[in-house]
Amino acid sequence: MEFGSGFKYCIIHQFSSGSLESIPAVLGQFWNRQLTRPQRIRTVGRKLIKKHEQDEPRPLYMDFQATTPMDPRVLDAMLPYQVNYYGNPHSRTHAYGWESESAMETARKQQVADLIGADPREIIFTSGATESNNMAIKGVARFYKAKKRHVITTQTEHKCVLDSCRILESEGFDVTYLPVQNSGLLDLELLEASIRTDTSLVSVMTVNNEIGVKQPIKEIGQICRSKGVFFHTDAAQAVGKIPISISDWKIDLMSISGHKIYGPKGVGALYVRRRPRVRLEPIQNGGGQERGLRSGTVPTPLAVGLGAACSIAQEEMEYDHQRVSMLANRLVQKVMSEIPDVIMNGDPEQRYPGCINLSFAYVEGESLLMALKDVALSSGSACTSASLEPSYVLRAIGADEDLAHSSIRFGIGRFTTEEEVDYTAEKCIEQVHRLREMSPLWEMSQEGIDLKSINWTQH
Amino acid sequence: MAAAARSQVMSLYRTMLRESAKFPSYNYRNYALRRVRDAFKANRNVEDPKAVERLMEEGWQTLALIQRQGESETSQQTSLN
Repeated sequence: MEFGSGFKYCIIHQFSSGSLESIPAVLGQFWNRQLTRPQRIRTVGRKLIKKHEQDEPRPLYMDFQATTPMDPRVLDAMLPYQVNYYGNPHSRTHAYGWESESAMETARKQQVADLIGADPREIIFTSGATESNNMAIKGVARFYKAKKRHVITTQTEHKCVLDSCRILESEGFDVTYLPVQNSGLLDLELLEASIRTDTSLVSVMTVNNEIGVKQPIKEIGQICRSKGVFFHTDAAQAVGKIPISISDWKIDLMSISGHKIYGPKGVGALYVRRRPRVRLEPIQNGGGQERGLRSGTVPTPLAVGLGAACSIAQEEMEYDHQRVSMLANRLVQKVMSEIPDVIMNGDPEQRYPGCINLSFAYVEGESLLMALKDVALSSGSACTSASLEPSYVLRAIGADEDLAHSSIRFGIGRFTTEEEVDYTAEKCIEQVHRLREMSPLWEMSQEGIDLKSINWTQH
Repeated sequence: MAAAARSQVMSLYRTMLRESAKFPSYNYRNYALRRVRDAFKANRNVEDPKAVERLMEEGWQTLALIQRQGESETSQQTSLN
């Protein structure tokens, strides 16, 4: 018994001293003496992982529009710059700075020249697509404010774009929020009619993060170029997933986000056209880095990660697109064939296949999310999920209130497997049936009552 | 050269699959296995020896990457609290 309590004391002591490497030293006294030290650490490591997974299995990840896991190849490219080559890329006087700078410039060129067809001098590293959007919208509008005071955007843009426009309105600008059709696509004639002589900027996102709709960017770019208006697009969800060419599409400004393309979080980029030159008033002032448009030390490991993510995305675009389309079709076919009254929000053709937004009639979205608790899903975007209102994007495409409340967004990405998709589909079907059994609205609709004809307030 | 390389290619393929199976994370493991299989399948008819050489080189580097990442993932997951 003394032996037993001593053993326990040893274990507790080792745990509390915080060093994991000492556990094998303790356990090794009692078994597995033949293993070498690294092997023992690995064995214990694997045992700890398995224990962790047995205690708390983690949900399947089906929310690729919120963020994406980092590709191991990206992490591999970043690690040396986190550990060994830690210099400031703007230090001109020593090797640490030079090697850091050369990595940053390779990322700029590797990322840029290959993926969107731009010149490396046109890429500015930022802290993410939100910062890029802020810079583009506020920067361009403020620079040209002497003669041009009108900005055009759509109602389905990301919150950072809408909020930047709201700030511009408070500064005295005129902002037009264009409505979208029921398919989620912008009406090109309406856009053309809305452009005035004092319009400085049009901002339309390439692929919507909530419903996956792909806007006709080529045509919009054509219209803007012909009218002499700058065209900004938030391509955070599109870069690396669909082929983009800034010259074919006549884009003047483009926002890129790192963590949507299997890269690190905390980095993004802004493409700013040089010919014809787009001038911006910088938001972040300081030492003049990044051509004076965004001062501050460029985080080399993150920039390298973004570059690696972009070059991997370019190589894998075809393969990923085929696979994601196949999985998305599989999911939608399975769900829609087994459950009636399911509506896919957004245009069925002009979309990125990996973002599927389904509305299940007569079922509340939050309750379905909670029922599908071992799948990580979302209803509405992550930025607006704190409020109780249904998503403004769904409202903008004209979805009924009740359908907007019962929408779920399925995100499929590079790492999704067929088993995950099948499991999600089956679980979804099962839970929707169960929730509909409990729903009085479903009963009423089964009896043939038209729910829209009911007058709910009876007193 | 190509004939001798066939056994090397098969050996690289088997080693890559073995190392890919060691990823602790379900998603990474399946992706690595699938991607390695599909990449070898897609390139199975490449004849030009220079291209074969280049692809083999990429394969060796990817193998080293898989080994590094599998190791670091294991050791990183232990400090998960």
